[in-house]
Amino acid sequence: MQEAIINRAKQLLADGTVNRVIGWKKGEFAYDITPAVFETAAEIDADFVYDEFTAANVSKYLIKESKKDGRILAFLKPCDTYSFNQLIKEHRIVRENVYIVGIPCDGKLDAEKIRQNGITGIRTVSNNNGILKIDTIYGEETMNFDEAVSERCSVCKSKKHVVYDELIGDDGEIADSGRFDMVEKLENMTAQERYDFWREQLSKCIRCNACRNVCPACTCEKCVFDNDNSGVANKAAADSFEENMFHIIRAFHVAGRCTDCGECSRVCPQNIPLHLLNRKFIKDINSLYGEYQAGADTDSRAPLTDYKESDCEPSVVHERGTE
Amino acid sequence: MQRIGVFVCHCGTNIAATVDVKAVAEALKNETGVVFSTDYQYMCSESGQNIIKDAIRDYKLSGVVVCSCSPRMHEATFRKAVASVGLNPYMLEVANLREQCSWIHKDIATATDKAIVLGKAAIAKVHLNAPLTAGESPVIKRALVIGGGIAGIQSALDIADAGFEVDIVEKEPTIGGKMTQLDKTFPTLDCAACILTPKMVECSQNDKIKIYSYSEVADVKGFVGNFTVSIKKKARYVDETKCTGCGLCTEKCPMKKVPNAFNMGMNNRSAIYIPFAQAVPKVATIDADYCNMLKNGKCGVCAKVCTAGAINYKQQDEIIEEKYGAIIVATGYNPIKLDKYDEFAYSQSKDVVTSLEFERLTNAAGPTNGTLLRPSDGKHPHTIVFVQCVGSRCDDSRGKPYCSKICCMYTAKHAMLTREKYPDTEVYVFYIDVRTPGKNFDEFYRRAVEEYGVHYIKGMVGKVTPKADGTLDVQASDLLSNEQLHIDADLVVLAAAIEPDKSARPLATMLTASMDTNDFFTEAHPKLRPVESPTAGIFLSGACQGPKDIPETVSQAGAAASKAIGLLCKNSLTCNPCVAHSDELMCNGCSSCEKVCPYGAITYINKEFKMPDRTTAIRRVASVNPAVCQGCGACTVACPSGAMDLNGFSNSQIMAEVDAICK
Repeated sequence: MQEAIINRAKQLLADGTVNRVIGWKKGEFAYDITPAVFETAAEIDADFVYDEFTAANVSKYLIKESKKDGRILAFLKPCDTYSFNQLIKEHRIVRENVYIVGIPCDGKLDAEKIRQNGITGIRTVSNNNGILKIDTIYGEETMNFDEAVSERCSVCKSKKHVVYDELIGDDGEIADSGRFDMVEKLENMTAQERYDFWREQLSKCIRCNACRNVCPACTCEKCVFDNDNSGVANKAAADSFEENMFHIIRAFHVAGRCTDCGECSRVCPQNIPLHLLNRKFIKDINSLYGEYQAGADTDSRAPLTDYKESDCEPSVVHERGTE
Repeated sequence: MQRIGVFVCHCGTNIAATVDVKAVAEALKNETGVVFSTDYQYMCSESGQNIIKDAIRDYKLSGVVVCSCSPRMHEATFRKAVASVGLNPYMLEVANLREQCSWIHKDIATATDKAIVLGKAAIAKVHLNAPLTAGESPVIKRALVIGGGIAGIQSALDIADAGFEVDIVEKEPTIGGKMTQLDKTFPTLDCAACILTPKMVECSQNDKIKIYSYSEVADVKGFVGNFTVSIKKKARYVDETKCTGCGLCTEKCPMKKVPNAFNMGMNNRSAIYIPFAQAVPKVATIDADYCNMLKNGKCGVCAKVCTAGAINYKQQDEIIEEKYGAIIVATGYNPIKLDKYDEFAYSQSKDVVTSLEFERLTNAAGPTNGTLLRPSDGKHPHTIVFVQCVGSRCDDSRGKPYCSKICCMYTAKHAMLTREKYPDTEVYVFYIDVRTPGKNFDEFYRRAVEEYGVHYIKGMVGKVTPKADGTLDVQASDLLSNEQLHIDADLVVLAAAIEPDKSARPLATMLTASMDTNDFFTEAHPKLRPVESPTAGIFLSGACQGPKDIPETVSQAGAAASKAIGLLCKNSLTCNPCVAHSDELMCNGCSSCEKVCPYGAITYINKEFKMPDRTTAIRRVASVNPAVCQGCGACTVACPSGAMDLNGFSNSQIMAEVDAICK
């Protein structure tokens, strides 16, 4: 796959369709693959990588990149296309300055899960029909793909590209993934259990802002947390209330716009399952206002900024909140 | 730092009986910035206002908090008072100690505590208030009347009479509404058509009035004095400007089996039709659901016979955009569907009819040419039972909780007219009670009983059973003599409850006009502003606001017209300065605010900005049209970055209020 992508990137650069390519390059370790912009075939040959660890969603980078001169080539996985579409809907990306090649994705690995299995010093990983062959500095190890795949990919919502100029490989289908199972479990807890769960998770937050910075829905010119006039600005959480509120406010701000790409949880150095907050919103929106997938298209009205006669009454929402 | 004066009103005993007003004034004295605090019996009175004015002068106040009734009541009064001594009227805040405190609490101690907190919140807000100046917006001197029944017709005629242009939008092919279907009208028994059709003709001949028949309101934008309305002219497949109304097409049309809605489906009409002889405009309309030409391209007879060449099978719906200063809603009513009332056998027997169907059965233009005949066998009925309150004053979900108001009188009319024309007919009326509050109404009803020998029986009909011999067994109770009755009736007439037209609900949404749970439009004040909607520039005429008979409808239509004329007479209106504005440096241009704006006040512009890194960038940012913005604040909540803010109700002001309450 990497070869096909690199070849296509070089072709499109050569024929002048684009003047830059956004893709990924290796980081310090095999598993910290980082988004990068390439301007020449030589750069691509040297650094471009697309492998089992290439998980980062490059859509957000296109806000800035699409405003530069010339057209940029972006390789988007199916779930990235939802983020891209949502940004188009919010007028954040100049669509004609981006050439999208949809690339297939069979799920990305979570290095943390591999480490939890006692495998460290990962050098390379190859997938043989669901069995991972992991080359480490201590020798070769094997592990089931299903055990090492990241949570968001194990409940993948869609293998279908919702926007692209061309595709490499075949397009997939929208999946029925059971991604709300954990949310349901949280809903079934008592209020105290749920509070304890979230306190345990959110107390780990170090306010590194990685979740905000990676989130394709967090694209404000000036974030409320950086805006002294907003009343909620802060650089670090002073107490547990602020610790909670940072994430709750963030979830509210992206509600109805979050495509559930899962980048927030992926980048969290403390492994806080932040995506669950967003999924709770998505689940509630689905049940209160009808099924809605942010980013599935660029012109529909999002339930929270729309009014339909069939919308549920505020009292229904209120009663649910007190359950 | 503001210098704030606090003025606590007793409102007689309205507030003072439940709230210790002196304690409130005393407690608020200690708040930051408060330099004067007092209480008085009636702050809204002239002497009350003078206390405020004097304090502003004596203590050099820069902000005023009045703790009194709802700002809806007296905010304007107090704003005028502070403005008269040179303070900006928007430096005033009203803390609602009446509707939101004294009236809803019983315990003095807790109510007083709450009153103090409400006062503190208002003080916290005043600290952040800034002087605001109101602009002006022009008034478009043209009115729209939605609905062309007697209510809409009367309103339009009155507005036109005052010299203003007025358009009527009517969804049916002709104006006239329900009244065209009536035979005689109570209490004077003059013929409905005789009094209505001259008014219809007057509408069509008045050069100030434009009729959009077979049309609907598709969209409403804008605000009082400046509405932009999209009117959908439905395709009638006949060129209105060419059709002479000769009716030849309706005679020749081979498709004659279309249920005739004008006669309540009791006879048939052709697929191309003119609803009735006096229709205005007298123009044919093709019913696309039945026309063979439109359905499968096989026919075209009407086009062949039309000498005017008016038939156009390719006509499309057309959207017309017009601007109006005022809108009158006159969408009227319909009888409810009776399919849930199995006990009256309405769906089983043709001889159980609604009152409106009975009206057609007695009308010269009706299916029986005015001779009262049973729909089932065309024979003359000898025993007729009228059932009142079918679905009115009903406590289950099949009917309506309210009194439909017109049924007692029209039933008396039906009973009386039947007895007069057909003295050999026995007429029974079953009622819960007879309601006749209107000029000459009770006399009318008594005449039916005393002079015409109509049998009025207090009690409800329990069951109507069609019998093998074609008669109807009416089982009922007579509550006065406490006995069960069985009447062999030839015809049963049900006085079905009336409900607002189904088009009213979506229209209310477009107009942002409020409705009650029964889908009647609500008035701005039930007693003092009965023909105005709470939404400025929208006026209510006729049964869309509540059940009404013709005299009441006509007087309300005139009242609504005069309110609209009062508005159209003005050259400009003072705008509300409490409007939204966007901080362009923070705006992402994401369109969230534009999507939630009910007034279409927000547009986007591409603007060049100097960025922090000394480059320039063109960014898409929101721009609010202050003349269109109504200050509802929906955009401020939708904005993810907090770039949208509302003058007079800024995010920081509201947070300050919340903080003051939570402290």
